[in-house]
Amino acid sequence: MKFANIMSTGGEWLRGEGPHHQIVISSRVRLARNLKQRAFPGWAKKAERTQILELIKPRVEELPEMQDSFSELLQDLSALEKQVLVERHLISREHAAKSVGSAVIMNRRQTLSIMVNEEDHLRMQSIRSGLQLKSAFKLVDKVDSTLESKLDFAYDARLGYLTACPTNVGTGMRASAMLHLPGLVLSEMINQVIQAVNKIGLAVRGLYGEGTEAMGNLFQISNQTTLGEKEDEIVNRLSKVIETIIEKEHDARQMLIQKKSNTLWDQIGRAYGVLTFAHAMTSKEALNLLSIIKLGVDLGAFPEDRRLPIDELFIDTQPAHLQKSSQQKLNAEERDHLRAQIIRDRLRVFPKPDISKVARESENGSSPEPQTNE
Amino acid sequence: MLCDVCKCNDATVFLTQILEGKMQKVNLCDACSKEKGVQDPTGFALADLLLGIGAAEEIEKGAPSQKCPVCGFTQADFKKTGRLGCSVCYVTFAEGLGSLLKAMHKGTEHIGKLPQRAYREIELGDRMRALAQDLEKAVAEENYENAAALRDKIKQLEHEKVI
Ligand SMILES: [Zn+2]
Ligand SMILES: [Zn+2]
Repeated sequence: MKFANIMSTGGEWLRGEGPHHQIVISSRVRLARNLKQRAFPGWAKKAERTQILELIKPRVEELPEMQDSFSELLQDLSALEKQVLVERHLISREHAAKSVGSAVIMNRRQTLSIMVNEEDHLRMQSIRSGLQLKSAFKLVDKVDSTLESKLDFAYDARLGYLTACPTNVGTGMRASAMLHLPGLVLSEMINQVIQAVNKIGLAVRGLYGEGTEAMGNLFQISNQTTLGEKEDEIVNRLSKVIETIIEKEHDARQMLIQKKSNTLWDQIGRAYGVLTFAHAMTSKEALNLLSIIKLGVDLGAFPEDRRLPIDELFIDTQPAHLQKSSQQKLNAEERDHLRAQIIRDRLRVFPKPDISKVARESENGSSPEPQTNE
Repeated sequence: MLCDVCKCNDATVFLTQILEGKMQKVNLCDACSKEKGVQDPTGFALADLLLGIGAAEEIEKGAPSQKCPVCGFTQADFKKTGRLGCSVCYVTFAEGLGSLLKAMHKGTEHIGKLPQRAYREIELGDRMRALAQDLEKAVAEENYENAAALRDKIKQLEHEKVI
């Protein structure tokens, strides 16, 4: 598979069809593994890193899950291509900075991506749309079980899997979900939620930016500890907390409709106006306004079939995606113009917000969401 | 204000996170924030970073002048990177790491998945320890015939372990 294929086929999780997909954008589970008695990537010399890569890469490529995969050495990817992968959450920013001695292998559906010689020898990640932490874990767990019969993983009977950073030791697992929480942000309840979640040993942070200044009202919630708790316990605990946050977000939206409707319609109307007519837009402004339009779709102010184009804009207006699609390197000013142009083009066929629809929806309770199958 | 990581550049990135009810702050320079992936929405965990910094002091107490026999890693390296050199470092620096892991995690022992071969090794170890006890007893009781049989069995298991 070529890089161009990755660009043209937006990964499965980007299409947003999983359970609770209105609020939970994606679920990810990653496992960290290392080979026994070998220096971790950050400490290994180039020759050893390359040796380790040559041991691991063929084993990953022959996985049944990696038939028709994209497999690339990091030094063979351009800076822009790496950045595109980062924006799609297929590799980490840290991995994008790597070159000789590192690789990335991912399946065509972009549900499984394996980084070789990131911070650990192996970082295996499964990413799914909506709230699907369990199925994400199942996939990456299966891959791990296949690989352990071919590679000698470092572990300790008492400490579990041994990782470069002591914060990952034990399960080596980080489960996380990306949540879209405009209701909690607009109703100023987000800090309470973040603090409550932090108290039970889970981390919440803005996806872009930090703390409560999360751009696009996007938040990532993940487990903070990896030792002393079983994998499925971590996944269950996290899933339950996320289900509670989803309820809180629905409550907040209902509250906004009932008590602060003027503010809400004003926000949606302004977002629509600016996105439709602006000729320059930073990434931050675009994310924040798109978030409000997405909320509008959730509430019924825009037709349901407008959901996908908005979801796609979240990714397509990121700097590397912009440059990749325009086939040229752009400075910040040029990017802001192009970003505004792409958004205007996609919104040209977008109907005006229809508030009357929302009032009807809210009388029937919150908008219907598919039940989670977890 | 100086960067908490390199301690030489001026800090330009200031982060706060509430973790388990405690407010934690860290100040970083441009270079270190990039290197630590702070601007990375996917890989960054402030706690990792903070713990990485605190960790260096903790590990220093435990192992004043040790060097990992496999990878040559020292505590000074840990202080610099907040990461260990190889899996054997967990044994080399076990003393200092013990209290660190306790502070960092929910428990001190892994109760989740292990590779299948780990279970075989653990089981093998248990059986060998039991046999060694029996052997000791047999020798004490001057039951030499039994002792010889036990010795053979242990040898056989040792052979299995190598495979
Ligand atoms: Zn610095
Ligand atoms: Zn070592």
